[in-house]
Amino acid sequence: MMLARIAPTTTWYLILAAVLFSIGAVGVLVRRNPLVLFMCIELMLNAVNLSFVALAKKLGDIGGQTTVFFVLVVAAAEVVVGLGIIVSILRKRPHATADDLAELKG
Amino acid sequence: MELFVFIVAALMIIAGAVGVIVRSHPVHAALSLVLTLFGVAVLFVAQDAHFLAAVQVIVYAGAIVVLFLFVIMLLGVDRAESLKIDPIKVQRPLAIIVGAGLCGLITAAVIEGRKTLRARAAGIETATSANGHDSNIKQLANDLFSNHVFAFEITSVLLVIAVVGTVLLARRPGKRGAADVLEEAGTQ
Repeated sequence: MMLARIAPTTTWYLILAAVLFSIGAVGVLVRRNPLVLFMCIELMLNAVNLSFVALAKKLGDIGGQTTVFFVLVVAAAEVVVGLGIIVSILRKRPHATADDLAELKG
Repeated sequence: MELFVFIVAALMIIAGAVGVIVRSHPVHAALSLVLTLFGVAVLFVAQDAHFLAAVQVIVYAGAIVVLFLFVIMLLGVDRAESLKIDPIKVQRPLAIIVGAGLCGLITAAVIEGRKTLRARAAGIETATSANGHDSNIKQLANDLFSNHVFAFEITSVLLVIAVVGTVLLARRPGKRGAADVLEEAGTQ
């Protein structure tokens, strides 16, 4: 079994993170539902977290994992505030999409 | 074995991520997001980040996705969004080109930087793992509460601001505000 002896290297993790980040970016560009936009931003944050953890292991530096901890906290705060804004917008105009929100400008 | 874990987790992540952007129903997108988050947690465990894997499952899959589902149900926006409507004609193909280009660029940079990474990591034994070192959570705590203690305290301020801001934002306006109550109390 040659295949079983191949261990995934850090590069594999970084490339997987790049793919995940790109999918998230495409989602932000394509989707129109504000809630799904937020989910795509979470995908991008997770891709960055994944590469931080992979590099923390490779370089033997726990600081990468500490950074991921802070990213998690900031992501949670961001989701709470963002959903608050979305709730207050969608309560006034249900089924608003990201395109309709351009009408907010004066 | 490691390869098997990586492939399964990578398939979970990619399938979930694609599910988030192609499912037209927001609830299905949120459930696909859970799949991706679990895959990332599995890879965290594979990279000796045990504490972060636990936090990932509890905070992300537990709290954030539930918050998403809660908002979807609360607002009743759980109807399928038609993916056929294209507000700008070339938006979809352009977005896919941008995504593919982004992916290609980052991958090229990663492959280009492989040699630098190998040189930098040469001679470093993986201190983040538990073999002969402190456990992962102990190392993390040591780093967090010594090198980053100020940032940690600032984080608590950020969370308080976020909570207060959200309460203000989501409050139902138009009913008796605090100012009216104070005014009434003053006139009596």
